[in-house]
Amino acid sequence: MAEVKMKTKKKLSKAALREERWGRAFIAPPFIGFCLFMAFPIVFAFVASLSSWNGINGITDNFVGFRNYIQLFTDVKFWKVMGNTIIYMIGIPIGMILALVIAIGMNRKIKGIKILRTIYYIPVVSSLVAVSIVWMWVYNYDYGLLNSAIKAISGTHGPNWLGDEFWVKVAMIIFMVWKGLGTSIILYLSGLQTIPRDYYEAAKIDGANGLQLFRNITMPLVSPVTFYLLIMGLIGGFQVFVEIMVMVPKGGTNYSAATIVFYLYDKAFSNRQMGYGSAMAFLLCIIIFIVTAINFKCQDKWVKTID
Amino acid sequence: MAKLDEQGSEMKSTKSKVIDIVVFVLLAIGAICMIFPLIYMVLSSFMTKNQILSANFSIIPEPWKFGKYAEVFQKGEFLRGIRNTMMVAVPVLIGGGFTSSLAAFSFSKLNFRGKNATFLALLATMMIPFAVVMIPQYVMFTKIGWTNSLLPLIIPGLFGNVSIIFFLRQNLTSISTSIAEAAKIDGCGYFKMYYSIFLPLMKGPLMTQLILWFMGIWNDYLAPTIFIQNDQWFTLQVVIRSFNSTYAVNSDYPLIMAASVISIIPTLLLFFFFQRFIIESMAVSGVKG
Repeated sequence: MAEVKMKTKKKLSKAALREERWGRAFIAPPFIGFCLFMAFPIVFAFVASLSSWNGINGITDNFVGFRNYIQLFTDVKFWKVMGNTIIYMIGIPIGMILALVIAIGMNRKIKGIKILRTIYYIPVVSSLVAVSIVWMWVYNYDYGLLNSAIKAISGTHGPNWLGDEFWVKVAMIIFMVWKGLGTSIILYLSGLQTIPRDYYEAAKIDGANGLQLFRNITMPLVSPVTFYLLIMGLIGGFQVFVEIMVMVPKGGTNYSAATIVFYLYDKAFSNRQMGYGSAMAFLLCIIIFIVTAINFKCQDKWVKTID
Repeated sequence: MAKLDEQGSEMKSTKSKVIDIVVFVLLAIGAICMIFPLIYMVLSSFMTKNQILSANFSIIPEPWKFGKYAEVFQKGEFLRGIRNTMMVAVPVLIGGGFTSSLAAFSFSKLNFRGKNATFLALLATMMIPFAVVMIPQYVMFTKIGWTNSLLPLIIPGLFGNVSIIFFLRQNLTSISTSIAEAAKIDGCGYFKMYYSIFLPLMKGPLMTQLILWFMGIWNDYLAPTIFIQNDQWFTLQVVIRSFNSTYAVNSDYPLIMAASVISIIPTLLLFFFFQRFIIESMAVSGVKG
């Protein structure tokens, strides 16, 4: 703010000053909230990440420099949860492709299609805890919906969805795609509806086939939506926690299901290693920041707009 | 899947109609897969323990048992969970709705130095993971003794919500500033300008955003589970989750399912009633964002 003040040196009139006072007063609550619950905690988290603080002892007396960060890089468990978190992100492109296909179908004027749209959206508004509980039951090894269906169809017993180190990841990806699909469909659908019809007609006159229309018109023109979904998917993907906490409370066999935030929670609140937890949180913040920045940098290469 | 080249024709050909039917059937099958886990949740809440745990898998309750719902409500902690969630939601929506809309008005219609810098700073917080602020926040709330109450969930909300400010500001920019200029010339006070001109103008979008915020509060699990130490103040989602661990021990799955069903109903009803507005505002934030 100070910087901006210096730039505008011209004197403001009395009325303008009055407007400024009120304008600032009106944004004061969110600004104070930002300072108290965001800015201060982030600085605090960084300072805490430089100590072996456990929440009770002092931070400054237990200053360890960057030791927590160095320890993180050699922490096998940390790399494992990092790997798990990234593996779960396979669900992002899967969800996007499914959503785009479904949205293209829904973009046709068919009677009753709106009801289907509503149904696809229901998981999005449902409580994450409740649907995780349901899916935990769907994935149950002995009595679950999925394995019963597999048995009925193929006669063999299905995998141990939540107990097996490999299948638990598949299970989580399926769950996440299911939960988020509705949002992507709605966004793609509204993206499709902004594409002028004559684009397609002109291309058809030029003899373009369905696939060409899709590749050269639909794909580029929904690319802003794809970009938004990618950014949101990645930011959200780095913070997966609740579904793991509910479905595999111990983090899975050999920690095979645990995510970064799960491990962080475990360290900070169960083991009381708050300094170490803060280091992990801070690193997570930096990773998200870098990934988002890279995305915005690469945006020009593939994100198109209608004009 | 759907051939886009059919889109243009207003008069539908037979070929187009056949494609319509195929598309509809495929989408309907997909929709059934999407909803099936939830239908199964509802059905199993009416089953007996033995049926759920029987080797012969079945979907239709036999016999239908409706008692689990009454049983859920008889558990004191469940109703208390709903009460606590409401005690968070009501003040947050009123207070936070007021501060957010006031800030959105100021950001879009008033001029002051440092406006854009402040706005960008607020916007940047949307990218910051909750995980990085939760440890310091937890310590703050513990130090001032709030973890024995609902205050850690209420107070931060009163300062407003950045995504709502962003959304409303976007919405207000489409409204001409000349109203604001005219009001200024008439010597209309700034608060009055907000209250009697712009608040009514953004009533619709504000309501939609508040509904979405309510859903967020209702479904929130992470913040309550970290900040609330006293089970007297557990919010609904925390209660549901603890049901899941407590009653799974004696395999009372119908009870767990009944509790989950009840916890989903309010957000579903809100969604059904305000579907059009919710989807519209979702679409706007995605396409423009």
